[in-house]
Amino acid sequence: MSIDRATVAKIARLARIAVPEEELEALAGELSHILTWVEQLSEVDTSAVAPMTSVVAMKLPWRADVVTEGGAAEPILQNAPAAERGFFVVPKVVE
Amino acid sequence: MTALTDLTLAAAREGLAAKRFSARELAEAHLTAMERARALNAFITETPERALADAAASDARRSRGEAGPLDGIPIAVKDLFCTAGVATTAGSHILHGFRPTYESTVTAKLWQAGAVMLGKANLDEFAMGSSNETSHHGPVVSPWRRRGDNRPLVPGGSSGGSAAAVAARIAMGATGTDTGGSIRQPAAFSGIVGLKPTYGRCSRWGIVAFASSLDQAGPLARSVRDAAILLGAMAGHDPKDSTSVATPVPDYEQTLQAGVKGLRVGIPREYRVDGMPVEVEALWQRGIEWLRAGGAAIEEISLPHTRYALPTYYIVAPAEASSNLARYDGVRYGLRVPGGSVDAMYANTRGAGFGREVRRRILIGTYVLSAGYYDAYYRKAQRVRALVRRDFDQAFARVDVVLTPTAPSAAFAIGEKSGDPIAMYLNDVFTVPASLAGLPGISVPAGLDAHGLPLGLQLIGRPFDEPTVLQAATALETAAGFTARPEV
Repeated sequence: MSIDRATVAKIARLARIAVPEEELEALAGELSHILTWVEQLSEVDTSAVAPMTSVVAMKLPWRADVVTEGGAAEPILQNAPAAERGFFVVPKVVE
Repeated sequence: MTALTDLTLAAAREGLAAKRFSARELAEAHLTAMERARALNAFITETPERALADAAASDARRSRGEAGPLDGIPIAVKDLFCTAGVATTAGSHILHGFRPTYESTVTAKLWQAGAVMLGKANLDEFAMGSSNETSHHGPVVSPWRRRGDNRPLVPGGSSGGSAAAVAARIAMGATGTDTGGSIRQPAAFSGIVGLKPTYGRCSRWGIVAFASSLDQAGPLARSVRDAAILLGAMAGHDPKDSTSVATPVPDYEQTLQAGVKGLRVGIPREYRVDGMPVEVEALWQRGIEWLRAGGAAIEEISLPHTRYALPTYYIVAPAEASSNLARYDGVRYGLRVPGGSVDAMYANTRGAGFGREVRRRILIGTYVLSAGYYDAYYRKAQRVRALVRRDFDQAFARVDVVLTPTAPSAAFAIGEKSGDPIAMYLNDVFTVPASLAGLPGISVPAGLDAHGLPLGLQLIGRPFDEPTVLQAATALETAAGFTARPEV
């Protein structure tokens, strides 16, 4: 699969990563190279195989739906680049 | 008397118990070694004050008769494990300034057992790499050199700082994580033992996530016994990781010396890859002879989907990474680069915070999960992954353990392979299949190549059969008699 710079720009936007205009072309080449290489999987007949969804043969454990921890705003905000009055601060989202 | 830094962990444990030296003396010897070897760049954060405080507490516990199984043993922690109050970077700029307020389960268990923390070891950014060259904090230099050639070599990766620290006698052991080979390959490159346990054996809680269905913590050490001791302290069920398994942790040391008599060892023919150096092939053959001489029955087996493991991995791992790394948004921790809107702030932060390899993998992952491509890539890869697993299941109906080389080559020079992502990915061609299948694997140093660089052999076992893997590894270790050590 060969992808072009417009596709790279699109997936970079989906991934919320700012990519400088001048790097798009080179990235398109690198990503195309990797995608072409992984496409060898199409040689494998998987029509009768279910996708692997669990690595270890076990049932996912259940637990009671109760609060186990809470009231920890202070340690949670400790690493925030910007926090005020017990909240994370982000650029304005509502006009 | 042997220098304290040359002791194995097991020998140090005895020396401490016999009061031949104190935890403080042991910590000081390793901190001196750490200072002398700073040029290796094996640590992102050194914690000498913490080490001395840990050691003093250990000596006090011992004098009260309360010493734990790892009491006073100085270890390095891969900087992917969150450590309360100690900077945790994952080798990335995006976690700039991050100090966890909590401790990972695995490191908490190590401290509970009495271990002493020397510092946080360097790694490839978010554990994405096979050479430790993608770290934001610069590459780690291997303590090894090619004979007559002073060019700096890579220690392997992603647990490169952990491997270099253990090989250079800075730490008696280290924690690593292995997603596609990140414990086993650097262990092979650095002439030490590296063990990736079965998926679910160690808790992933508090480890910075890369690919959640593959990530597994494990030890790096200078002997199989040392690795077994460390695993015993690291393993165990943790309700905070829903994929951690409640199977009891056996006493791994007890069965180490059981030998390989009657053990059935599988040799997968698909691991004879084109272009594999003759020395790797020859070492593999020697490994077969060693186990046979120990009484093992050698059987050729087939793992037909081996060649599809690596491309499968390079869909599954980036897909999971793109999802896991979505959390780095400049809001809750780490770097923030301002932007006119919240979206621009996310994009600027992530654009500046992630290095090239991490960015590449997030973009690949985003692409293969995006509308219209999910079935063609991700679901297809999960189907092939099931076949890789089935290959092993069928093989383990006939054999008890599988023997392969750990990596297709010895260590290479810094910069030698960084231009071509796929050439770099091929380093993990022998380690990725066991990762996809969730199986335990160990690398044992088994010989040197023509340039005097270490080569490793890998043993792969059934799920949760670390005891048999360690038992066979002990037999290999004894037969190989690997005593070479780096000069640096």
